[in-house]
Amino acid sequence: MIWPIDLAILTLVVVAAIGALMVKDLLGASVLFGSYSFMMCLLWSIMGAVDVAFTEASVGAGVSTVFFVAAVFRTTRRTRD
Amino acid sequence: MTDLISTVVAKYNYWIYITLMMIGLYAMIVKNNLVKKIVGMNIFQTAIILFYVSIGVKKGGTIPIIEHGHGQENHVVHAVDYINPLPHVLMLTAIVVGVATLGVALALAIKIYNNYNTLEEDEILAQVRGK
Repeated sequence: MIWPIDLAILTLVVVAAIGALMVKDLLGASVLFGSYSFMMCLLWSIMGAVDVAFTEASVGAGVSTVFFVAAVFRTTRRTRD
Repeated sequence: MTDLISTVVAKYNYWIYITLMMIGLYAMIVKNNLVKKIVGMNIFQTAIILFYVSIGVKKGGTIPIIEHGHGQENHVVHAVDYINPLPHVLMLTAIVVGVATLGVALALAIKIYNNYNTLEEDEILAQVRGK
């Protein structure tokens, strides 16, 4: 584990999580959640869990984002918080 | 002071895991929009996965793929040199279960939107009480 990269990616993970919850647009929230999942994928590969990393990249960052975008297009983009 | 800094840096993964868990719990409780609540639930799940993967990390360990595999079966394997793969295998299942719960939650949110024409929780509650 290379710890400077680990610290940087962990900080980016928290920033992406707060951004996904703070943005006032559901499509933006789903895209930021996809970037959060991708940061998590980088984190798993830094920590040596390569199998978890590629599962997260395909299932977490791929399928979850598609689900969120499909659900937002079937409902509404507007949100109050 | 340097003692404190080294303590914080050495357990940075665990601090961030607690932070992410609290962010997810906050979103599930406080946020008014149903999709934001589902995002919070997913952040909570990945925080738990982060905790379990952080348990398996070893200082100076390599990834859990065996060296000297084919043709050198008499080579001695040192298990200390490899990162512990057991939490990884458990968390693979957790990621797949997380996507399944996400799909069910979003399907329920779409059904609620079709019935009440809103995703905000207080408006849904007002319509339910008004009937």
